[in-house]
Amino acid sequence: MKTYTYKEKKDTRSGFGAGLAELGRTNPNVVALCADLIGSLKMNEFINENPERFFQVGIAEANMMGIAAGLTIGGKIPFTGTFANFSTGRVYDQIRQSIAYSNKNVKICASHAGLTLGEDGATHQILEDIGLMKMLPGMVVINPCDYNQTKAATIAIADYKGPVYLRFGRPSVPIFTPEDQTFEIGKAIQLQEGTDVTIIATGHLVWEALEAAKALNEKGISADILNIHTIKPLDDEAILKSVKKTGCVVTAEEHNYLGGLGESVARVLVKNNPVPQEFVATNDTFGESGTPQQLMKKYGINFESIIDSVIRVIKRK
Amino acid sequence: MTQLNNLSDFVTQVRRDILRMVHKVNSGHPGGSLGCAEFFVALYSTILNRKKGFDMNGNREDIFFLSNGHISPVFYSVLARVGYFKIEELSTFRLLDSRLQGHPTTHEGLPGVRIASGSLGQGLSVAIGACEAKKLNGDPNLIYSLHGDGELQEGQNWEAIMYASAKKVDNLIATIDLNGKQIDGSTDDVLTMGSIRNKFEAFDWIVVEIEKGNDLSEILNGMKKAKSLTGKQKPVCVLLKTMMGNGVDFMMHTHAWHGKAPNDEQLASALEQNKETLGDY
Repeated sequence: MKTYTYKEKKDTRSGFGAGLAELGRTNPNVVALCADLIGSLKMNEFINENPERFFQVGIAEANMMGIAAGLTIGGKIPFTGTFANFSTGRVYDQIRQSIAYSNKNVKICASHAGLTLGEDGATHQILEDIGLMKMLPGMVVINPCDYNQTKAATIAIADYKGPVYLRFGRPSVPIFTPEDQTFEIGKAIQLQEGTDVTIIATGHLVWEALEAAKALNEKGISADILNIHTIKPLDDEAILKSVKKTGCVVTAEEHNYLGGLGESVARVLVKNNPVPQEFVATNDTFGESGTPQQLMKKYGINFESIIDSVIRVIKRK
Repeated sequence: MTQLNNLSDFVTQVRRDILRMVHKVNSGHPGGSLGCAEFFVALYSTILNRKKGFDMNGNREDIFFLSNGHISPVFYSVLARVGYFKIEELSTFRLLDSRLQGHPTTHEGLPGVRIASGSLGQGLSVAIGACEAKKLNGDPNLIYSLHGDGELQEGQNWEAIMYASAKKVDNLIATIDLNGKQIDGSTDDVLTMGSIRNKFEAFDWIVVEIEKGNDLSEILNGMKKAKSLTGKQKPVCVLLKTMMGNGVDFMMHTHAWHGKAPNDEQLASALEQNKETLGDY
């Protein structure tokens, strides 16, 4: 079994900030917009180095999405920054008409996604954003797992022409993917080879999946682990290849089970190779205040829930 | 004078296009389209500094955005007649597989259209974004936009209006079609907005009023004045007072023709009032 260790923990939003800063140095067409959350989105480095390419729009997310769409007309590559809730639900129709339907090259960068935003509570903890965004025709949906991968994803999406939703988070999480990785949109990453169960995880749940796999290994259960950083387009091939070996699946995400990664995976399985699947996701609920760890435990989206789900799904084979 | 006569003929033909387009598919928005026929003709024949052909970025040319997308018939007619696409294509309006969708879109690649509009209140933000891109590119050309007066009830406009003055977006001329009407009745009955001029001025915009928004020479003078007021650290707003349904007697002085097509007899009467000038599509 391949083991993963880490020397440092960092927030994925800092990976976004670092990626954006690098883009500021390498791609003169990249511009950034923010709706009064510069510090939270870690956009300071880009802004300090490229003040003329930054647009502070104030607390006006709808206007920000429209301005971003307009900036593409003239060849700019706008990156918008605000919390995931205000990046999606609050401005759904602006994204739908001015960005997605108009096929504008806007990168919607969303921090503080999911429960791990923590103490601010349910008003800010969106658990529906993946569903909202993946339903939009032509929208790419990416949810990287750690600092390095978020940085790489940020840099990669500038070279992709079309609308992208990039989702990341607030808490510090282990950095376990390589610093110099190349990020391939739509390509799953095989983290571990196994034969008894496939664990398909995205975002913060990828590390939890690795933790779960260690414990499962001690119980004699061998897990095949896929890091699905791109929820749309989904890497059907990697999923089917893994399931062919294992015959069952656990999906894991920091999102409602309705509309999330799990449902996308279920569709692939039902169409091609129906096998038992269990969902580690929130159960059609809003969140609440608490620490990230408390919330992940209470709402059943940590390594313990993955272990339980694996045991359940193997029995269903 | 010759030029004005030519433009007047152009307007009459655009009215015929609008009426015939909506009649054929028994749907669409003739009222607001007719009210803005003179504005579109003045804009595309004279006001806009346009390049030949069409590219999405529109660098080094003036760009126009239609925010109240439901008046697509007048937009399509004028785009076709100034050469963005073949006039015959107007006959496909609202039909299956057409590039002339009910509301304008970039999705089917229709030349002349740079953003989808229809869901109201979004166009001003988009126009501002294009203004910012022009500034970054060192492009001295201007951005023009058109919005309905009822459309100003959408809150996003006011975010954009606030932004434009705060950030000194002075390469923008946003025109408001003040026809005083919306689907459910007069704007004053539905949700009165008081003085739109005062509102824009309170947000630190320069306001130009065109009292006779269906008079070509007044539109040309007003828009030239608006252009002369750009580049002064403030956004420019044109309040264009128009008559919904202008040019067709039974469509004027009512909101009834906002989104309704004429029947065969009504079409015949309307066309009788607007004789063919440049040739029907």
